[in-house]
Parts: sequence; C-alpha cells; structure tokens
Amino acid sequence: IFSFSFFFFLNNSFAPLVTIVGALQGNNSDIISTVEFNHTGELLATGDKGGRVVIFQREQESKNQIHRRGEYNVYSTFQSHEPEFDYLKSLEIEEKINKIRWLPQQNAAYFLLSTNDKTVKLWKVSERDKRPEGYNLKDEEGRLRDPATITTLRVPVLRPMDLMVEATPRRVFANAHTYHINSISVNSDYETYMSADDLRINLWNFEITNQSFNIVDIKPANMEELTEVITAAEFHPHHCNTFVYSSSKGTIRLCDMRASALCDRHTKFFEEPEDPSNRSFFSEIISSISDVKFSHSGRYIMTRDYLTVKVWDLNMENRPIETYQVHDYLRSKLCSLYENDCIFDKFECVWNGSDSVIMTGSYNNFFRMFDRNTKRDVTLEASRENSKPRAILKPRKVCVGGKRRKDEISVDSLDFSKKILHTAWHPSENIIAVAATNNLYIFQDKVN
Amino acid sequence: MFARGLKRKCVDQEEDGEGALAGFGTVPAYSLQRQSLLDMSLVKLQLCHMLVEPNLCRSVLIANTVRQIQEEMSRDGAWRGAAPQSAERVPLDRLVSTEILCRTARGPEAGCPAPDLGDDPLQGPVSELSTVSSAQVPRNTQSSLWDTGNPRENRGSFQKSLDQIFETRENKSPSAVEELFSDVDNSYYDLDTVLTGMMGGTKPGLCDGLEGFASAASPPGSSCKSDLAELDHVVEILVET
Repeated sequence: IFSFSFFFFLNNSFAPLVTIVGALQGNNSDIISTVEFNHTGELLATGDKGGRVVIFQREQESKNQIHRRGEYNVYSTFQSHEPEFDYLKSLEIEEKINKIRWLPQQNAAYFLLSTNDKTVKLWKVSERDKRPEGYNLKDEEGRLRDPATITTLRVPVLRPMDLMVEATPRRVFANAHTYHINSISVNSDYETYMSADDLRINLWNFEITNQSFNIVDIKPANMEELTEVITAAEFHPHHCNTFVYSSSKGTIRLCDMRASALCDRHTKFFEEPEDPSNRSFFSEIISSISDVKFSHSGRYIMTRDYLTVKVWDLNMENRPIETYQVHDYLRSKLCSLYENDCIFDKFECVWNGSDSVIMTGSYNNFFRMFDRNTKRDVTLEASRENSKPRAILKPRKVCVGGKRRKDEISVDSLDFSKKILHTAWHPSENIIAVAATNNLYIFQDKVN
Repeated sequence: MFARGLKRKCVDQEEDGEGALAGFGTVPAYSLQRQSLLDMSLVKLQLCHMLVEPNLCRSVLIANTVRQIQEEMSRDGAWRGAAPQSAERVPLDRLVSTEILCRTARGPEAGCPAPDLGDDPLQGPVSELSTVSSAQVPRNTQSSLWDTGNPRENRGSFQKSLDQIFETRENKSPSAVEELFSDVDNSYYDLDTVLTGMMGGTKPGLCDGLEGFASAASPPGSSCKSDLAELDHVVEILVET
C-alpha cells in the first residue's frame, strides 16, 4: 500500500534528490486522502478513502546505519470511520477521511482528530508493553474461576509483553454539520478546535461532544442565492482568538472571535483584484481557493488556487506579497480541464519548518517546491519507475511548446489521473511526505 | 482557436457590411464556443443533481459559470440567435474573450474539447456537443440540448436545476423511510431547523464569547433534542451498531 524511505538532498540551491524506495499497490479504497506529521515529526498519519488511518513512526537513529537513519515504519493502523447512511435524506455518508490533525503531546499517549464529511473523532493512540497477570477471579485465559477453588488471594503483577499499539476513539463529535466538512483545525489553546463545512464553521471543546458553537454561517436565507462556499479554514498558530477561512471566490477572511459570537463580519478581508487581461469564463473557478495555511511564524498565510500558490502578509489585504505559478501551462487547457472535472481538483499546500520553502502538488505525480528567499523552484516526480534505491531524483520539466528536449515532457502527455493533492512537511527537518493516489512517498534530506 | 481554424474567405466582405457573413471568422465561432460551454455546464449540473450527494462547491462554481454565460448572452442579445448587426457592434474585449475562452498557444484543436485528458465521465453526451461545435456549423443547424429559442424558458429550467441542486441537501423527501418515521414531526425533514435548534449558539440571546456553548439556555427547538436522540436510537437499532 505504501512506500517509504526516500532520501533527497535539498539545500537552498535545490540540488537533485537521492531516493530509496519501496512501494506496494493497493485498490480504490486505499487512495490516500490526507497526510499529516505530528508536532515533533516523530509520527506521520495518513487517512484514506476507505476510512482507515495508518500511522508511521520514525525509527530511532542508529549509529551503525547512518544511511538508514530515520526511516518511517508502520506504527498503528485502525478503522476510523465507517460508511453510514443518512435516513432522513436517503444519502450515503462516505467514510473517506478528509483531514487528520494531531494534538500536541501532553502525556505518553498520542491524540489525533480525524474527520469524514460529517463526523469528527478524537482518537487516542497508546502503547501497551505490560499486562497484568495473576488475577484472583479469572484464570490466565480470562475465564471465570469457580469461587470455591479460590483459597488464597494474590496481588496481580504487571509483566512485560510484546509492544502493542492500540487506538481507541475517545470522543465522537457528530450531528453538527449539514454540509461536507472540509477542514478541522486545533486551536492554540489546546482546548478547542473548529470544524468547517461548505457553509458553516463550528467551534468545539474537546470535552463536550453534544454541543458546538457556530462561529461562521454564510448560508443565505434562500439557497437559490448561494454563490459562494467556504473551502478551507485554520486557526492562527499562536493567537487562539484568530482564524481564517477561504472561499470559492478566491477571498480569505480573517476573523477575531473576541469581536462577536458569530464571526460573520470579518476583521480582515484578503482579495487580489482581478487581472482584466486574464479574464475568462473560468476565472472564478480557477480563483477558488482549495487550501489555506498559516506560516509557522503566524505572520503569513499561504493560499492555493488552481494554477498558483500565493503568500499573503496578514497586514496587507489588497494583494498577496508573493505569487508562484504551479503549472501555468494549463491555462490554455482550462476548457478541457473543465470538461473532465480536473479544474475542480483541490490541491493542498504546505510550509517547511522555517517558512522559507513552500510545496504543493500538480499532475503527472509532479510536485513543486518554491524557495521564497532565492526565488528558485523545482519540479519533482513521485514515481517508482523513476526512483531507484539511493538514486538521485532528477528535477522534471514540462515543455510548453516548440521543441521538446530529451528529458522534458510535453503538456499533452501529462497524466491527469495522477494528481498529487496531499503533501506534508516535517515540522523541523527536511523530510516530506507525498501522497500519489494510493502510494505514499517519504523523502528525506541526505546530509553530506 | 476556432478563429484561427476557420478560413477567412469572407473577410473582404466585412467592410461591405453584409450582415449574413460579417465576422463569420470570429464572432459566431465565439458564440458557438460559449454555447457549447453553456451546454456542457448544464449537463454537469444535471448530472450533479442525479448524484447521491452532490459536491456543493462544484455545483456552485458551475452554476456561477452558467450565470455568467447567460448574462453575457443576454447583453449580446444572443438568446434569440446572433443577429448580424450585433455582431458588428461586438466590442473589442469580446474578441479578447474569444481567445481567452480556451486560450491556446498553437494547434488547431487545442482547447475545448481536447480528447484525451484523463478519465472523463461525461465523455458521452459532451463529445456529442463537441462534435456540433467543431463541425463549425455556422447556424447551429444541429440543435444542442438547450435551444436558443426561448430565453425565459431556458432561464426557468436553469433556475429549476439550481433549486433542485441546492435543495437536495435541504428537503430531499425520505420516501422510503416515510412510514418508519410517520409520527415524527415534519420539521425534522429540514435538518437545518433541527441543527439550528441544537446548537442554539447562533441566536444573539446567548452570552458573548465562548461561554455560549457551555449552556445553551432554552434554544428555540429544545424539544427537538430528546426526540432527535430517540431518532438516533432508532437509527442505531436499524444499523445494529
């Protein structure tokens, strides 16, 4: 199902990458739908279309095997969501995991939130390496003993056992969303989190599952007047009262929960004026924002629309400070991409730990990295065919017209069914996780 | 794109103002493209409606595109077919839009529709429409799905499609399970009302800040809560959880 252990060499000049690869194929329900590192980067969680969550753990570094340092191995697998049926509406509710978000670690156990279209669940992942033995009322197999045979009392003792990782659902937050949940975000107070669907955003307390507080509601009184939906939302990394949400019209609203209970009026409104020379019937669709992410510093937000990634300064609302073209060669193909629905694909984007590099996916299993300081960018491919163990991944190039060089690929040869929608970047190191349909690729910086 | 592919044999006569052939190389082609895009969008919306759980974002974006096209067509007077006079008066930015509709660097067929760009569930009906367009029929003699005859009718049917799509989420009538829940208050069919009652926090009466969710004091639909719990219970039994 998954592949691991790629190594890449990444410095600010984007030298070619080194890879080590092993991959397996899966079926439709193995399509990865979300990828997320935890706050230390020790764990990497993936969610798939079949409602499963697989967690990888990084191997402890060993002095003997420097080149195998820090590989990720499967740590835990569990079924998070099952398919459901909504009887009132006669609709199926997909079990696909839309998002996973980790909570910061506060004790030995790990906690994460996972959500499908309708229900958010809090999962506890804990290790068990000891078990109690010597019960009085039960025998070793767990069968009840005949009380008449018990002549002495003993205190059960804990004995070591093989490490077992168990996942248990601790909270289920259900029945609060009429529309499909697209985002969840843990607040920096670690007591609350929000869940956003197409028209509403709700605030939850982790301890309370039967109530949530509605903080944004853009549903019009008359649904016929609906022209805009919420596409993504996130809390500010440090200010627990601040969050942003993006819309299908390419706008971002920043809200302050201290201002009012219902944050329908934004504190800041980010929108770039439209370029009249680029106007077409597809302008609105390609301006729809598919992902919004705060920088780790909290000073910037990054948005992804169909063709670009933009970085915005929170203090400047009228235009982004940086715009990066992801695959501008698709601009002339918008009609076809509208026809085959690719134009509605929702790509995510991520920051690296220092906020100096941003990454996002594209088609043909390509993904792109942009260095904000040097303004250099690179296109890489996540594919088994092109990756040999310890080989160097070559940067890829798409040729737009005219002569195609040997290693280039022409726009018309791109495989639009191979899309990289979900990627993740380790919080402090140059390790990235790239989900290519049902394969997971983990790339790691090769030092020296 | 079509502009480039068509022979410009009638260009000389443009200045003569011969209405029937004026701008043959550019404006009718643009109208064709636009019509084709409109048709494609309407088909997509219809398919949306047939799906079990339509993607609201996608539906909204397509609906907005349709609105845009229809607005432009109304401004052009194109609802009743392209009149030659209006073709002459087409402003420059309309020609720009022609290029931009499916902007391409080269190639006779680049743009809509390119045949092999990944899986296309709409291949069937849409390629039919595409054939109409790329045959470069000057007068739309092959009727597309949506005739340009009656704008009001088209608008009405479009509006109806929109309503149906957006109301799918609201009022999808539970015919199959109607008997099962026949004693349930009809307001439950509007899940929205129920949820508003549940959350309660949207009403201004509650205290500000986060205190609101701690105690939802007598929300409007408080009686719904216990009944909904009962409903959940019944559903749980049905699915044997």
